[in-house]
Amino acid sequence: MKLVVAIIKPFKLDEVRESLTELGVTGMTVTEVKGFGRQKGQTEIYRGAEYSTNMVPKLKIEVACPSDLTDRVVEAIQASANTGAIGDGKIFVMEIGQAVRIRTGETDNNAL
Amino acid sequence: MKIFDKFGLAITGAACALLATTPVWAQELIKAPTVEQQATMVNKGDTAWMLVSSVLVLMMSVPALALFYGGLVRTKNMLSVLMQVFMIVSVAALVWVCWGYTMAFTSGGPFVGGFSKVMLMGVSAGTYAATFSNNVYLPEYVFVIFQMTFACITPALIVGAFAERVKFSALMVFVVAWLTVVYFPIAHMVWYWAGPDFLPDAPTDTGYLWGMGALDFAGGTVVHINAGIAGLVGCLMIGKRIGFGKEATPPHSLTMTMIGASLLWVGWFGFNAGSNLEANGVTAVAFINTFVATAAAAISWAIVEQIAHGKPSMLGAATGAVAGLVAITPASGLAAPMTSIVLGLVVSPICYVFVSKVKNALKYDDTLDVFGVHCVGGIVGALATAIVADPALGGQGFFDYTVFPAGVGAYDMGAQLITQIKAVLLTLVWSGVGSAILYFIIDKTIGLRPSEEAEREGLDLAEHGERAYNY
Repeated sequence: MKLVVAIIKPFKLDEVRESLTELGVTGMTVTEVKGFGRQKGQTEIYRGAEYSTNMVPKLKIEVACPSDLTDRVVEAIQASANTGAIGDGKIFVMEIGQAVRIRTGETDNNAL
Repeated sequence: MKIFDKFGLAITGAACALLATTPVWAQELIKAPTVEQQATMVNKGDTAWMLVSSVLVLMMSVPALALFYGGLVRTKNMLSVLMQVFMIVSVAALVWVCWGYTMAFTSGGPFVGGFSKVMLMGVSAGTYAATFSNNVYLPEYVFVIFQMTFACITPALIVGAFAERVKFSALMVFVVAWLTVVYFPIAHMVWYWAGPDFLPDAPTDTGYLWGMGALDFAGGTVVHINAGIAGLVGCLMIGKRIGFGKEATPPHSLTMTMIGASLLWVGWFGFNAGSNLEANGVTAVAFINTFVATAAAAISWAIVEQIAHGKPSMLGAATGAVAGLVAITPASGLAAPMTSIVLGLVVSPICYVFVSKVKNALKYDDTLDVFGVHCVGGIVGALATAIVADPALGGQGFFDYTVFPAGVGAYDMGAQLITQIKAVLLTLVWSGVGSAILYFIIDKTIGLRPSEEAEREGLDLAEHGERAYNY
């Protein structure tokens, strides 16, 4: 089992979700986050007072999937979240040691 | 006059109103009318309009000013601003009826009124207040109420200058003292006079600035310059916020600020057009001038930002609108619509320079730009009043109330400008020095500033034990 964590542009969420649903992924977790990478922040001006915001709002999505599906999940996210501009985000993949479905007690792949 | 008493049926009441006003047109004007005669000189339209205006001006404080200011502070201080404005209005209302009205609007000296109407003594449903027309009166309570709303909003304007860093209890003490020492005397100096039917026999029975001939239709000096300079002195004496210039302090909700600014615009029609004290043609002049000057100032602020930053901001438009409202206030019933537009276009660039350049250069922490918008805009308006009031430019000119009946006096723009400058300077000095003394005394006794910890935590939790937003 792998956990795929992707940081994406907020307006790309629906496309990413659709592409993952097509693969048979049945769930994901989405969090609003802020951060910075190569994309520069914006400057805001309030009555002449300038504030540069170098933290850019993004969404973090987390998808747990069986190991054999991981490559396709990563490809799907990479394709659907891509705009070609800087600030499109990153994808990280990590191992999952254990998974449990709370309602039934099912474990590992059965719990995903 | 018993036939006009309040027990009459509605239909006889209406007929009586006609009867009551008819003699004023048909007969000779009465000099120095008795109270019984004044009772027949009250117009129901005027009375209704003035009560509606009073409600509009109250709305300018709560919620308009509270939201306008509140939106501009950080989330952790939102409630403190709402609470400060709300309680200042409540405190000022009581101070006004207890000793404010008598200090401002009774005959006393040139600088402050007497104490004959303390606790509203002698004021009843059967006493009357003068307007700007011979033989036209308002029920005195109506005048007390209308002026009360001005006493409520003026100290509330000050809090923007030291928002996010003032102790609530100290602020309440300051407001009571400031109204007494600064506001009531200045209101007396600018607005008190014996009235058009009595002044010819007592030409010196006026406030100092009124007698000098200073023009201030709706309170440019009394309200805006007065509060603006008190704010500047306050922000200098209290000191900068912790982290000023280092931490980002962007507005937490410009939506609130826009709602507040819009309600201020609406309420200001009561403030300016209501200041005519009657419902007539000049009321409409003040109304349309207030409308167009504000629109022009909002536009010119947006244009300045478009040029300076390439983007016109909502905050800029709202700030420009308020600057326009402030500037047109002293001139509202005296200017013409086209000169009002020019005044609106001119005031925004001047205030913009103070708010975004002068403040940054001199590094004073006037949190919400009370000085840059209200004092500077008020001064621009007070001086411009001398120009736009000139009948040669379509203005209303100057009324000579020392003759009976009152007539249009000769207008001298240069002399008027000098009078306006004197009025502005006197207000700046009186309010600046008076406020400084009060801040000093309160700081040494109660302390003006909350602890550093409280300021960092936010005044909402530290001073009021609650948060503006629980989500």
